[in-house]
Amino acid sequence: MNSTVAEPIVAARGIHKHFGHLHVLKGVDLEVAERELVFVIGPSGSGKSTLLRCLNRLEEPSAGNITVAGIDMLDPRTDINHARQHIGMVFQSFNLYPHMTALGNVMLALRKVAGKSRTEAEKLAQAALERVGLADRADHRPAELSGGQQQRVAIARAIALEPRVMLFDEPTSALDPELVGSVLAVMRSLRESGMTMIVVSHEMGFARAAADRVVFMDHGLIVEQGPPAQIFESPAHERTRAFIGQIRQH
Amino acid sequence: MEEIVQSFFNAEIAQAAMPIVLAGLLNTVLLSLLVVPLGLIGGLILALLAQVKGPLVRWALISWVDFFRAFPPLVLLILLFAGLPFAGLELSGFACVAIAFFLNTGAYYGEILRAGIDSIPRGQVEAARSTGLSGLQTMTWVVLPQAVRNVLPDLLSNTLEVVKLTSLGSVVAVPELLFQARQAQSVTYNPTPIVMAAVIYFLILWPVVRLLSRLENRASAGRA
Ligand SMILES: Nc1ncnc2c1ncn2[C@@H]1O[C@H](COP(=O)(O)OP(=O)(O)O)[C@@H](O)[C@H]1O
Ligand SMILES: [Mg+2]
Repeated sequence: MNSTVAEPIVAARGIHKHFGHLHVLKGVDLEVAERELVFVIGPSGSGKSTLLRCLNRLEEPSAGNITVAGIDMLDPRTDINHARQHIGMVFQSFNLYPHMTALGNVMLALRKVAGKSRTEAEKLAQAALERVGLADRADHRPAELSGGQQQRVAIARAIALEPRVMLFDEPTSALDPELVGSVLAVMRSLRESGMTMIVVSHEMGFARAAADRVVFMDHGLIVEQGPPAQIFESPAHERTRAFIGQIRQH
Repeated sequence: MEEIVQSFFNAEIAQAAMPIVLAGLLNTVLLSLLVVPLGLIGGLILALLAQVKGPLVRWALISWVDFFRAFPPLVLLILLFAGLPFAGLELSGFACVAIAFFLNTGAYYGEILRAGIDSIPRGQVEAARSTGLSGLQTMTWVVLPQAVRNVLPDLLSNTLEVVKLTSLGSVVAVPELLFQARQAQSVTYNPTPIVMAAVIYFLILWPVVRLLSRLENRASAGRA
């Protein structure tokens, strides 16, 4: 948890991102240590999703450096598909493959990317579903699952590849309130197992209980960061204070 | 009445013409089995190219598809058959039909498949890529299976058109069903072979039409 001792597992330096004339990331530096849980908050449009998506190169940064698990993500010689195995990602809208069962969703990358045999992939996929509490839903299609269950399948799909880092982009924002808890519980158990996680979310309770560090972003920059208590109780910047006041009211 | 039966449903003539007409049916089936997969492959290539961003590919693709959709297939066929020899390239009627249909129907299949691919939410592609699947693997395992299912009625409907259009082969002396029937007609001075061809077309295409309307009903029920 001490990011000064070991080499960080995620190191993004000077990240800029332009969409046409829109300057969305304006020089973001983010380092994450192994086993650390970093929580990213900030107003809508501040660039949180774009930052996460740059880390696994779903977006191409306009400038900057990114290494993840020792791999230079922006080097053209890097096999990006291989590198992405080490970086799990969970999306707000689950993005499961609707034509496959829960098990099929988890198995696909195990088969095609990790090159596992059918029986091996099935075993690993079943184990991943077990970890998210859905062993008994293996043969259900996404349409037959609740939102919370779908998101847990999406988490299983990512963790089955044994990534070194997990990225969560508002994993509970699309869920009915009563289903949020089940997804957060899975994230907590993941955290307890030592997974390095970067989480974009507004779940303050979860941040308080589980985050090592909270990062506040606004207008494409990190405004301030620190332990949850510090950021939530005594933020140094007016913008942070205003934002936290706002999400408290909900 | 007697006259109509004699001209159109003449059993004697039907019996005599049967081998000729059946040989035509065989060629129609062979031609379809050649042209439909060719068109599907061509269409798939066009649909995949359409995923490539970049103005040059985009412009070339739009021109190609527009051109061959606007070009009447019969004109294209005759042009190939009558025109290519002037360019020193003499192809059989069969080859001309295959090429013309590949160009024409590939453009249609391409548009259908492209619509199918576009119907798959972008998020699924991103999720697949985030797990390390390559673009091609994502296309193969995530996008295409759903895309094809989404546009199956359109694909089938286009296939129906293609099979019907193989009768154009008769114009360039490809001995397919219609050509053979007309041969038989001109020998027997009796239109019964044409009626036979019509009945055969109906018999092979009607099940496809049935299937199509069931698919369409299911699709609209699914949407409701
Ligand atoms: N693909 C894109 N093309 C153009 N603009 C984009 C794209 N993705 C995001 N943006 C813009 O970038 C800004 C930051 O977006 P985003 O990273 O999604 O913010 P956040 O996740 O913090 O809400 C927004 O103004 C958004 O409209
Ligand atoms: Mg976002």
